[in-house]
Amino acid sequence: MPDALLNIRSVQKSFGAIRVLRDVTLDVAAGEFLTVLGESGSGKTTLLRMVAGFEQPDSGEIAIDGERIDRLPPNRRPVNTVFQHYALFPHLSVFENVAYGLRVSRVPKAEVTQRVEEALELVQMSKFARQPPAQISGGQQQRVALARALVNRPKLLLLDEPLSALDAGLRRQMQTELKSLQRQVGITFVFVTHDQDEAMVMSDRIALLHSGVLEQVSPPREIYRRPHSTYTAQFIGQTNLLRGGVERGAVRCGCLRWASQEPDGPVVYSLRPEDIRLADQAKVAAPRSVRFRGRIERVLFHGSSEVLEVLDADGRTLLVECTGSRDLRGETLFEFSIADAVRVTES
Amino acid sequence: MYGRAYKTAVALPPVAWVAAFLLIPYAFLFCYSFWSVSGQNVVHQWTLANYRELLHNPMYGSVLARSARIAAMVTLLSVLLGFPLAYYISFHCSRRKELLYQLVIIPLWVSYLVRAYAWKTILGSDGVLNSLIEFLHLSREPLGFLLYSPLAVLITLTHIYVAFAFLPIYASLEHIPRNLVEAARDLGASGPRMFWTVVFPLSLPGVIAGGAFAFVLSLGDFLSPLLVGGPSGIMISNIVVSLFGAAFNWPLGAAVSLCLLLGVLGILWVTERLQHRLTFH
Repeated sequence: MPDALLNIRSVQKSFGAIRVLRDVTLDVAAGEFLTVLGESGSGKTTLLRMVAGFEQPDSGEIAIDGERIDRLPPNRRPVNTVFQHYALFPHLSVFENVAYGLRVSRVPKAEVTQRVEEALELVQMSKFARQPPAQISGGQQQRVALARALVNRPKLLLLDEPLSALDAGLRRQMQTELKSLQRQVGITFVFVTHDQDEAMVMSDRIALLHSGVLEQVSPPREIYRRPHSTYTAQFIGQTNLLRGGVERGAVRCGCLRWASQEPDGPVVYSLRPEDIRLADQAKVAAPRSVRFRGRIERVLFHGSSEVLEVLDADGRTLLVECTGSRDLRGETLFEFSIADAVRVTES
Repeated sequence: MYGRAYKTAVALPPVAWVAAFLLIPYAFLFCYSFWSVSGQNVVHQWTLANYRELLHNPMYGSVLARSARIAAMVTLLSVLLGFPLAYYISFHCSRRKELLYQLVIIPLWVSYLVRAYAWKTILGSDGVLNSLIEFLHLSREPLGFLLYSPLAVLITLTHIYVAFAFLPIYASLEHIPRNLVEAARDLGASGPRMFWTVVFPLSLPGVIAGGAFAFVLSLGDFLSPLLVGGPSGIMISNIVVSLFGAAFNWPLGAAVSLCLLLGVLGILWVTERLQHRLTFH
């Protein structure tokens, strides 16, 4: 990437016998909001801690603006971190917490006051400047932690699951706020989370990490619509995995068959539940679509939509998402477009 | 959850224990300090004579001042030695942490008397230290000032009470969330800067508790001055012991004890308040 701010090159890391990161290469563009998404133990926090300077890579390099930083101590990197549990200094007021970085780098007093006030204004915490962190709520502590990092105008802001300790409502609100804040200040964000919804809502791109390997780095829409692997397809949203094979120009996944140009061999397709619909028996099938019969086993009501568990002729359970409530039961005809079945690799 | 009778039954033994072995003896002590002696008998008549004696005889004041001086030095040394040790074990030993911690604690299992005697053999005229000095030809004669001096008391008490200072300091250091250390470094603080702005302020409750332990325990100590102090190393508790023993002046001894007790309670109260103010949760 030509205008990349952060380059992570072939980074490896092991803790004892456990290989936490295997050959991770990732570029982050200036001004981008990149989310590193992964389950616990996927190595996402280790990756973040390496950029911050709390862990050393076993091999590989990390550079910001083309300059290697992986051997610098944390205090000499142009990077600031928002920690998972905020890590506010309990013995300092909100104001002094935010001022800490500026005081350390010997910014003149008048400027410290001005910048801290601006930063607190930005996160709507001006009223609480004199309070100790113990007297403000979790969401407020979160904002202070954000102000404390942003006030230093880092080139790169690292956020380590900053919203995981908040309750669902506040969390959604903070997701939107964080995103608009990032646009406003124009600082590059690298955000770590295990929550795929959070990643989808906020990111410009998502880097999906699985057992220390980057599975896919794509914008949210693309990673959802065009997953590369079975792991990605299953981790991001719900999906149906159709396993089968190609033989002489035709895909066969049990009773589901359609024409294909792919070479012969085993294949896996990912088909999203919302891409399967109820077919109208009175009409002929649309071109390049597949019809099949299935018995509705269960209906799961989700408010705006319903998810059906459908047993097809092969005894395979498929998820079908449909909107609008009808009384659905028994044997029904379903169809999907071939274009919506995405070829993925087994992982 | 528990019945009233059950709660009473559980609370009674410790309350009885404290009353029988602490409160009642103190009440006796209090009464004695307002009585006097005549010959071999205690005269049960209220008087302030003992307290007047304490004020007018300069010996008590000077011994108390010396005791406080020694205790203050012991406190300072214990904290200065205990803090770096606690910091090192808490922050820089990951695997051998438990072992090192135990090594600090183990001497507490050894009898106080044995440890005090050990210093006698180290500091004495033909002791370990003087033998070494002789062997190295540093001095023609053995150094006499090592044993039976305030210095000997200081060394012995510091050796004994450094562990008491170490424990609360170590506990307070262990309680500092490590992500605060990382946050400080992340915000640009160098190692020393991080230490002085984050670790040290947050360890102050432990430092104060440890200092209070060392001060109070060494202020009231009488065995070390007895064994290694000599005439110039006498401390206030030695006076109390002799008043209750050879001098057979229990009332005066009780008065000295009460003054000491009040002083110690005052110190504990102040340090308690300080600790409370410096603790953040």
